[in-house]
Amino acid sequence: MAYSDKVLDHYSHPRNVGSMDKNDPNVGTGMVGAPECGDVMKLQVKVDEATGIIADAKFKTFGCGSAIASSSLATEWLKGKTVDEALAIKNTDIVNELSLPPVKIHCSVLAEDAIKAAIGDYKKKQGAHKPAGETVAS
Amino acid sequence: MKTPIYFDNHATTPVDPRVLQAMLPYFTEKFGNAASRNHSFGWEAEEAVDKARKQIADLIGATAKEIIFTSGATESNNLAIKGVAEMYAEKGNHIITAATEHKAVLDTCKKLEKHGAKVTYLPMLSNGLIDLDVLRKAITDKTILISIMYANNEIGVIQNVAEIGKIAHERGVLFHTDGVQACGKVPVNVLRDNIDLMSITAHKIYGPKGVGALYVRRRNPRVQITAQMDGGGHERGMRSGTLNVPSIVGLGEACAICQAEMPEESRRMSYLRDKLKAKLESELDEVFINGTMEHRLPNNLNMSFAYVEGESLLMGINDIAVSSGSACTSATLEPSYVLKALGVGDDLAHTSIRFGLGRFNTEEEVDYVAARIIEVVRRLRELSPLYEMAKEGVDLSTVQWAAE
Repeated sequence: MAYSDKVLDHYSHPRNVGSMDKNDPNVGTGMVGAPECGDVMKLQVKVDEATGIIADAKFKTFGCGSAIASSSLATEWLKGKTVDEALAIKNTDIVNELSLPPVKIHCSVLAEDAIKAAIGDYKKKQGAHKPAGETVAS
Repeated sequence: MKTPIYFDNHATTPVDPRVLQAMLPYFTEKFGNAASRNHSFGWEAEEAVDKARKQIADLIGATAKEIIFTSGATESNNLAIKGVAEMYAEKGNHIITAATEHKAVLDTCKKLEKHGAKVTYLPMLSNGLIDLDVLRKAITDKTILISIMYANNEIGVIQNVAEIGKIAHERGVLFHTDGVQACGKVPVNVLRDNIDLMSITAHKIYGPKGVGALYVRRRNPRVQITAQMDGGGHERGMRSGTLNVPSIVGLGEACAICQAEMPEESRRMSYLRDKLKAKLESELDEVFINGTMEHRLPNNLNMSFAYVEGESLLMGINDIAVSSGSACTSATLEPSYVLKALGVGDDLAHTSIRFGLGRFNTEEEVDYVAARIIEVVRRLRELSPLYEMAKEGVDLSTVQWAAE
């Protein structure tokens, strides 16, 4: 299988790899996928209290190159966005940006799920109106 | 040292230049049909085929007349299993095989099941061997065939073939083995190993693709199979079709070279494989060998690199050709059914890599491959949330994963 240049670039030079303190009230953590399925993504956002803007985003991913690229790209896009803007990121945006083939679309779905899970966790911590159930990934 | 480096010799092997040299005259000046009985072109071709038949027979302790040429091991497996099922239908309809067989055996058995045959798929012990007591108990009055591979193509584990054959013969059951990975790599002897039928292919032993053979025993017992293709009645009526003389010459020469060089080659393969294994194990934590090392092909290593998904690892070592048991690299999107049969969890199956060393690999290549794997595994583990959790002491088996 040939990978797109963008997938190769994110795989070789992943952006924003790392972890933040998951107990920080301003940090939202999303963990989606399962080792048995061959994909696990952990995505974290740190939200600036004053502005409500995502100041930092980090990821770690166990999965194929496309899964690594999808989550790496997601962290790039998340920084600078408001929480609600972040929730508007769709998996199809990731598919288009990375030119993912049909067999790798699930990687982009997982990345979208990870974003929603991370934001959901943040909102839960902030005692926001969103019910906890929405933070659970598909 | 040239890249890419080929470490996938269980999939196929390059043709040995000596094999190619032996084949070349039979494309052009010696092009006769081996079935032409009335001129020198035919005699010349027939003579070449007879020589190849003898070379193959010598490698496996058979006689030349017991070698039936086919298009490869898939055809040999089909012919052996379907041929026996049809020929011995009056005696019974039960076949015993194993969960880790090649698809050419498993799917052939599944096809026969659709036509009324009963098939038992033996489970595996965690070391990759079958439990001989389970085999004994599986045999019924209706059992006509046991088909168990000699050595596995993914994990290289060598079954106790001689004992399986003995058990089969004690119960009057025929024993077929898929010998593709074993023949030419380890000493195989159809008499010592109590084998009645054995599938062989050329392209795993430095011969050309598209040619193989089926060994069919002629004495004690005399095995009969029903032909699966109708035509001119070649190969003692078991396999019609004009013989592919150049390729048959190639298969014969490949067998002769394997036989002559096996002791030395086998030692060299073991040395290189063990060096690769030792390097990876000394530099990386949480790596696991799949299948026993005790009964194994000298050129095989199958290792799981926990917390690193196989396809991402392959992507990082794109100048090295190996295979992975990861779902992402398979057509079915399921992780390796062979590893599953050994009880390897899907999580570890996704992280497995198969190394298949071959005649043309060098020690320099082994050193390079080991260094590359170590570097990429370390890098990907830095990226792996699972490795991070494991290092924090989280028991991953107790985690509630948010997946469907």
